[in-house]
Amino acid sequence: MNNNALIPTIGVVTSIRRDTPDVKTFTVVRADTGTGVCFKHMPGQCAMLSIPGVGEAMFSITSSPTCTDHMEFSIKKCGCLTSWLHQMDVGQQVTVRGPYGNGFPVTTELKGKDLVFIAGGIGLAPLRSVIEYMLANRADYGHIDIVYGSRSKEDLVDIDIIRDVWMKAPDVDVHLTIDRPQDDWDGHVGFVPAYVTELGFDPNKTVLVCGPPIMIKFTLQSLGELGFEKTQVYTTMELRMKCGVGKCGRCNIGTKYVCKDGPVFRFDQLDELPDEY
Amino acid sequence: MLKLKTANADALYSRISDSAKLYLPVKRAGQVNYDLWESGCEVTLGEMTVKSPKDLFFPQSEDLMAFRVSGKSIEIENPELPTEPFVLFGVRACDARSFDVLDRVFLSDPVDSYYEARRNCGTVVSLGCLEPLRETCFCSVFGIDLAEPEGDVQAWVLGDEMYLSAKTEKGEKLLAAVKDLCEETDGAPLAAAKDEARAKMAKNPLADLDLTGFDGEHMMEKFNAPEWKDLYQACLGCGTCTFVCPTCQCYDIRDFDTGHGIQRYRCWDSCMYSDFTMMAAGTNRKTQMERFRQRFMHKLVYFPANNEGMYSCVGCGRCVSKCPMHLHIAKVIRTLGGKKQ
Ligand SMILES: Cc1cc2nc3c(=O)[nH]c(=O)nc-3n(C[C@H](O)[C@H](O)[C@H](O)COP(=O)(O)OP(=O)(O)OC[C@H]3O[C@@H](n4cnc5c(N)ncnc54)[C@H](O)[C@@H]3O)c2cc1C
Ligand code: SF4
Ligand code: SF4
Ligand code: FES
Repeated sequence: MNNNALIPTIGVVTSIRRDTPDVKTFTVVRADTGTGVCFKHMPGQCAMLSIPGVGEAMFSITSSPTCTDHMEFSIKKCGCLTSWLHQMDVGQQVTVRGPYGNGFPVTTELKGKDLVFIAGGIGLAPLRSVIEYMLANRADYGHIDIVYGSRSKEDLVDIDIIRDVWMKAPDVDVHLTIDRPQDDWDGHVGFVPAYVTELGFDPNKTVLVCGPPIMIKFTLQSLGELGFEKTQVYTTMELRMKCGVGKCGRCNIGTKYVCKDGPVFRFDQLDELPDEY
Repeated sequence: MLKLKTANADALYSRISDSAKLYLPVKRAGQVNYDLWESGCEVTLGEMTVKSPKDLFFPQSEDLMAFRVSGKSIEIENPELPTEPFVLFGVRACDARSFDVLDRVFLSDPVDSYYEARRNCGTVVSLGCLEPLRETCFCSVFGIDLAEPEGDVQAWVLGDEMYLSAKTEKGEKLLAAVKDLCEETDGAPLAAAKDEARAKMAKNPLADLDLTGFDGEHMMEKFNAPEWKDLYQACLGCGTCTFVCPTCQCYDIRDFDTGHGIQRYRCWDSCMYSDFTMMAAGTNRKTQMERFRQRFMHKLVYFPANNEGMYSCVGCGRCVSKCPMHLHIAKVIRTLGGKKQ
């Protein structure tokens, strides 16, 4: 019954990678065919994952739409469902429904732009999908800068992909930072907002930022000081969700339902909404 | 138009019941609510039901699907959507409008299959008010004509007669089945009675509420109004107002282990509850003021901004009479401007 929006499809977990002490990345394929994605999506869109009897929750699809043989989810352990997912094994089936939300405007507003991705911690999950989509369609986008920070080097999600793929990709600069100095870390040390100021990006670039609210707040300040307008900065919002289709009322902010009208917003659009997020 | 003596109403109910389940206001244990008609039950058309009729289209608790889980595999059992016809009888104009409001939510893309199925099964017989049902009624404020309700069939009770007029194909089908119990009429006596009802409505204490400024254009002004700080103070966060409200549609989705599998169901929820938006990082509406404000901003500003000015309140007055703290939407409208004085 595909036209019933609340009924999921079944996926199966084919690999589990431990990224950090509390983040794992799960590879999911369709259970009926044993391969392929459960549905097509665009970068920044999300899916409802569930284990019946345990819970259902919204997660960014961190893999790119250009990856058609599986979907990936990077999930931080923080509650009932996420803890369960963290202790399960390969071969476990999960329910998946989606895609939900608007995603980033990769085929319109972002096309041809020089881009700066700014992520903190698990906030890389939605951005990774955009980055990989752009790398697969390299000619459509300008220069790419990626600023990514976390508490420690152990807390950097997707670090192997960052080192082996992104850092070697043409016209891409990756800037990693961790909050406090550590042995055998010769990269930058310090918080993301200060690093953004230090890197001093050209304010004609377009920015995609995702991370903890406090990081976003100070990063916006840094960008403002560098001369960026709010119309050039995109983010993705996280609110409690249940239905994912704009009906259960949970993610309503002003005239918007974040699950449907978001989760991606430009900061000038957010300014027009009640400050309740 | 058809009419029959109210003394023969039971024959009408019985006939309708032959081909469909009939729900109408019934008094049980001292409370009037929509309930299944049975011979001998105490049909009470003249009182406002405690709960709204939204239950029939959007049940308080509803199974969505079931899962069979064995080892690592999961099997989905699709729900059997309702197909059995039912008739909802005696719906007042305010509640009849509430179905339009719910339609905007549940029938907009992507359509909610459960609601759609129930809506298709249901025939609504609305009951025009020939005087305001209660002092707390203020449907007219939302442009609702108490005497001319929306629905598949309109009904009126005047003196010892009940009048019935079909408005849709579904309605005509229903009336065709009861025609032999009735006689044809031009309904002439109704016109004056309707005008009288409208005149009485205009004198109801809340009929002078003024919605000027409750629209998308004034969203931030209303949201930031200093009055919320005092207004919400008494609110207990009990959620009574949302549960009795015909247009409140927020729901929760939960799983229940039946012992034979997992049943996924949804149930009414309330934006007035402190855990409604709770997340790992906390909740974005930390105070009862914010939650209180959300309920009314949604009904009076956000919803109309998204729905060509249609408010998500129909002035039924249930929250006015049921809030234990005498806080309600009428008070909010009065306090936040729009006074006719
Ligand atoms: C659009 C979107 C995209 C997202 N993308 C990702 C992603 O890519 N990766 C990721 O890891 N996460 C993501 N999330 C967050 C993810 O949805 C949550 O981490 C998930 O819902 C947690 O589910 P859970 O069952 O594990 O937690 P729950 O058991 O629901 O608990 C979560 C937290 O809330 C608290 N809590 C829950 N209910 C209550 C209550 N009634 N009272 C008090 N406290 C309560 C718990 O104590 C716990 O700390 C995203 C969220 C959204 C909305
Ligand atoms: S407004 Fe009244 S009925 Fe509604 S939650 Fe507050 S106290 Fe309860
Ligand atoms: S808000 Fe109150 S008056 Fe308005 S429809 Fe709901 S219960 Fe009725
Ligand atoms: S999650 Fe239900 S309305 Fe957005």
